[in-house]
Amino acid sequence: MAKTIAQEFTKGLWDEIAPFRLVLGLCPVLAVTKTVENGIGMGLATTFVLLCSNLLVSALRKVIPPKVRIACFIIIIATFVTVVELVMQAYAYPLFLKLGIFIPLIVVNCIVLGRSEAFASKNGLVKSIADGLGIGIGFTLSLAALGAVRELFGTGMLTFWEKPIQIFPSSFEPFTFMIEAPGAFVVLGLMLAVMNMVGKK
Amino acid sequence: MGEMIKMVVVLTILSSFSGGLLAAIKDNTAEQIENQQLAFVKGPAIKAILEGSENDPIADRFKLMDGDVERSFFVGVFNGKPSAVCLEGAGKGFGGDLAVMVGVNPEEGNLKGIGMTTHAETPGIGSRAATDEAFKAQFKGMALADGFKVKGDGGQVDALSGATVTTRGVAIAVTDATQVFQRLKPQIEEQMKTFAK
Repeated sequence: MAKTIAQEFTKGLWDEIAPFRLVLGLCPVLAVTKTVENGIGMGLATTFVLLCSNLLVSALRKVIPPKVRIACFIIIIATFVTVVELVMQAYAYPLFLKLGIFIPLIVVNCIVLGRSEAFASKNGLVKSIADGLGIGIGFTLSLAALGAVRELFGTGMLTFWEKPIQIFPSSFEPFTFMIEAPGAFVVLGLMLAVMNMVGKK
Repeated sequence: MGEMIKMVVVLTILSSFSGGLLAAIKDNTAEQIENQQLAFVKGPAIKAILEGSENDPIADRFKLMDGDVERSFFVGVFNGKPSAVCLEGAGKGFGGDLAVMVGVNPEEGNLKGIGMTTHAETPGIGSRAATDEAFKAQFKGMALADGFKVKGDGGQVDALSGATVTTRGVAIAVTDATQVFQRLKPQIEEQMKTFAK
C-alpha cells in the first residue's frame, strides 16, 4: 500500500508529527520555545535542513555505499546546518543570538537523521521532498504551538518580529513559571495528552 | 576491495564538495556577518560613547595590524574634526572573558567613555557594568597615562558594589585598550586624518 505524494506530505502534519506523535527531537522543542518567534525560527531552520538533506540523500541513495551511509548523511546534514547558521548570522542576527547553540545542534537532531535513514534513503526524489517538507512544517507548527502557549501564559503577550502584542488585559498576572524550563515539560505533557485524546480511535 | 575504494571515493567527493560549498558561502557572508555583529553587539556601545558625532562611526572605521592581531577602530567626527576614536579591549571578569569598547580623545590624552560589549557576568550583579550609567560615566575624562585600577587595588575606579571582580575585569580591559592605543598611536592619528570632513 504505497502512499501518494500528498499522503507523504500530510502525515508529517498530524499522524507522524514528530514531537507529539513520535516524541522525537525534544531538545529544541523544550529549550527554544520560550516565545512563538523562537519556535518558528527554529522550526524553519530545521525544515530547511530536513528538506535539503532529504533531497540530497534521496538523489544519492544509489551511490552511497551502505556501510558508510551514516557518515555520508552526517556530512550532508552538517553542511546544510552550517549553511543555515551562516545565513542566519548574516541576515537575522537577533534571532541567531536567541537560538544560539541550538542551531549547530540540528546536526544531531534525530528527526533529521531519522528521515534520511528511514525514508529518503529508500524512496524517490519527489516523495522525499514531500516527506521532508511535511515533517519539517509539522515540527515548525509544534514548536510554534508550544511557544505560543508558553509565551501567552508566561507573559500575557505574543511577540512577532520584535513587536509584542498584548493579548490578555494588563491586569493578568503572568505565570512566570511557564517560560522557565519546567513550564516546557508541563506544557509538552499537556499537549501530548490532548493529542492522544483527540486522536483516540 | 572494490567496495572499499568506492566508500573512500564517495566520502572524499562528498566531503570536498561540502567543504567547497561552505567556503564559498562563508566568503560571501563574511562581510554581512561583520556588519550585523557591529550593528547589534558593538554598535550600541560605540554610538553611546560617540554620542553627538556628525558621522556614522560604524561606517567610518579602519583596521590596523597590532602584531599578529587585526584591530578595528571607529572614528567619531566632532565639529568637522575627527577627534575621537573607539577601540576594543579585553579583560577577565567573574564569568569569563569580557570586552569593553573604549573611546579615546587622542589630542587631550584622556577617555571619551566606555561601554561593555560582550560579557558573561552574573545577571543583575556583574552585568550592571554594561548598564549602570554612573559606573560608566566615571571613566569619562580619566587620563590615559594613569593606568586603570579599582580603588581597593590603589587605583581610581569606583567598584560596583558586590561586583569588584567584574569592575577589575573592566579596568583591565580599559587598560588593555589604552595600551593598544599607545602602541599604535602614530598610525591611528594618521588614519584618523583621512576622515576629516
